[in-house]
Amino acid sequence: MQGEKMRPKKEFDYFDRPENKRKLWIMLYVVCAALVVPDFFTQRHSYFGFDGFLGFYALLGFVSCAVLILFSKLVGLALKAKEDYYDK
Amino acid sequence: MISDFPPAAILILGALLVPFFKGKAKNWYVILLPAAAFYLISQLEVGSSWQVHFFGFDLTFLRVDKLSKVFGYIFTLNAVAAFVYAFYLKDNTQHMAALLYIGSAIGVVFAGDLVSFYFFWEVMAVASTFLILGRKTEKAQAAGMRYIMVHIFGGLCLLAGMVIYITETGSIAFNAITDRNLGTYLILIGLLVNAAAPPIHAWLPDAYPEATVTGGVILSAYTTKTAVYTLVRGFPGWEILIVVGCIMTLYGIIYALLENDMRRILAYSIINQVGFMVCGVGIGTIMSLNGTVAHAFCHIIYKSLLWMSAGSVLYMVGKSKCTDLGGLYKTMPWTLIFGAVGALSISSFPGTSGFTSKSLIIDGAIHEHLMWVWLVLEVASAGVFLHAGIKFPYFVFFAKDKGLRPGETNKGMLIAMGFMAFMCIFLGLYPQPLYNVLPYEVPYQAYTFTHVIAQLQLLMLSALVFFLFLKLLKRTETISIDTDWFYRKGGRLFYYVMDKALNGINSVSERIFVGGLAGYLGRVSRDGPTRAAILVMVPAWVIGGAKGEKLAVKKANVRAALRTGTSPIGITAAIATIFLVVVFFLM
Repeated sequence: MQGEKMRPKKEFDYFDRPENKRKLWIMLYVVCAALVVPDFFTQRHSYFGFDGFLGFYALLGFVSCAVLILFSKLVGLALKAKEDYYDK
Repeated sequence: MISDFPPAAILILGALLVPFFKGKAKNWYVILLPAAAFYLISQLEVGSSWQVHFFGFDLTFLRVDKLSKVFGYIFTLNAVAAFVYAFYLKDNTQHMAALLYIGSAIGVVFAGDLVSFYFFWEVMAVASTFLILGRKTEKAQAAGMRYIMVHIFGGLCLLAGMVIYITETGSIAFNAITDRNLGTYLILIGLLVNAAAPPIHAWLPDAYPEATVTGGVILSAYTTKTAVYTLVRGFPGWEILIVVGCIMTLYGIIYALLENDMRRILAYSIINQVGFMVCGVGIGTIMSLNGTVAHAFCHIIYKSLLWMSAGSVLYMVGKSKCTDLGGLYKTMPWTLIFGAVGALSISSFPGTSGFTSKSLIIDGAIHEHLMWVWLVLEVASAGVFLHAGIKFPYFVFFAKDKGLRPGETNKGMLIAMGFMAFMCIFLGLYPQPLYNVLPYEVPYQAYTFTHVIAQLQLLMLSALVFFLFLKLLKRTETISIDTDWFYRKGGRLFYYVMDKALNGINSVSERIFVGGLAGYLGRVSRDGPTRAAILVMVPAWVIGGAKGEKLAVKKANVRAALRTGTSPIGITAAIATIFLVVVFFLM
């Protein structure tokens, strides 16, 4: 209902505009970089020897997600099927 | 006494009266029942119990301790929210099935013995099936059928295990199990079917996404979390569960990344989240068990919230595939905002409930120096943000505008989602009330500066990877083959093989026995007397001087006479004698 009322007026389309997308990209990079800064000033307790170094969790997040995506892409080659696969 | 009345009875008996209420009164009534049960549970005193003597067993329908109470709280709280969400729904069958299902889930967590536990466990399986069938589509019917078959299998494993266990121990009490033998492993398998542990998990992503809009919300909370409760109760510290849990966390992510249907993405993320809990049970320390319970509590809230927001989209748009959705932020902003709170919560974003609960499990692994377990859980935590935290909201509400302008969903749904979103943030900022009701008293502080920064690094870099790899994540109109293949396609393959093999044997047998052997026997029994008669008569005729043509004529006469049944008395007598001699020897 709200949508119908809004439609004649100007629609809220912030996320569709290329200039805003650019802003959001820059923001994302800035936030990621800024989050590593505190590691220069604080000493995180290392539990397993290798997990205390600078930006460890940032690296872990990046690498594990990249691996997960690539791996799922790979197994997807074998596991993806047409939607009517089971109907045939 | 109010303090020894089983709270499950309120919902189960209350379900029977649903058809007598009309209009909005029905909706208020179904909201009131779990609210009353919640109040009752808050009044139950730890240590009280309620027993019934039944067929020589003392059945404990009510065993109150901190573990059963905390699950009772969240089960009833979630039910209230789910019925507020379902305020538009008038379907008696769905309401009754939901009440029976939730009631028996509460029955399981308060059951003090294996027999009453098993009873409620099976009622859950049956009642929940109606939440799938309620969708009334052909796909839902088929998925519901497969769902109940898998649960019957799980129930049979459980029953067999219980029979062995009860025979060996002589007790029906349901407490921590330490013996490791066939019986206890069968019980464990039965429980893991409901926890949706691979490879016996495929019923969940197969059936839940086919359920009704509200059915999906309700289903997402109870079956798997009841299983988590029973694992905490019965199998704390079983190391195998660490392995099972770790596999579940990663398995759920991989499949959720492949999926196109938004509710199927959420279904796979249940497997991922329950993996964390199962792992916590396997670690088995006070801290990790607390973590499992806390995580189950928070998970029910944010997972319901996510299913609610997906349900609202399905309700308004009638579509659930990512390839059909997109750009909904323009017309469903509240559904997006509430859904995003759920998405942040499931990702353990600092400030939300996932952060204050999952950290307990991960810290539990660290305290036990389980490096690989810790690493898998951290990798999986990053992966959660990928598939549930960003993928779900991104493809549904943003991505490509598909021109859908459905408008915001109804008020009941928005109120329920608003309440659940509030709970996510409340327990994220102020988890102490939750920590107070956990089974063990462990002081814990999730918010240290380094912990928050570490978690934010992990999550934001995951977000970065998502958008950098967006092209690889492009949705395709596909489904993913999972282990249900074995009983869906495999079943058909089995049928095909059996069809070919058995029908092959059939036709060969027909040729040999019907066409061949029977025909031969028929010929033998028809021509036998003639041949026997000729065999006996020919020497006599030869001695009598018959030769050549004359002998042939005599033979032909005997054949014709016997075929028409008009043989001379002498020959008949001779054949009868031969027959009697043969019978005599055969006897």
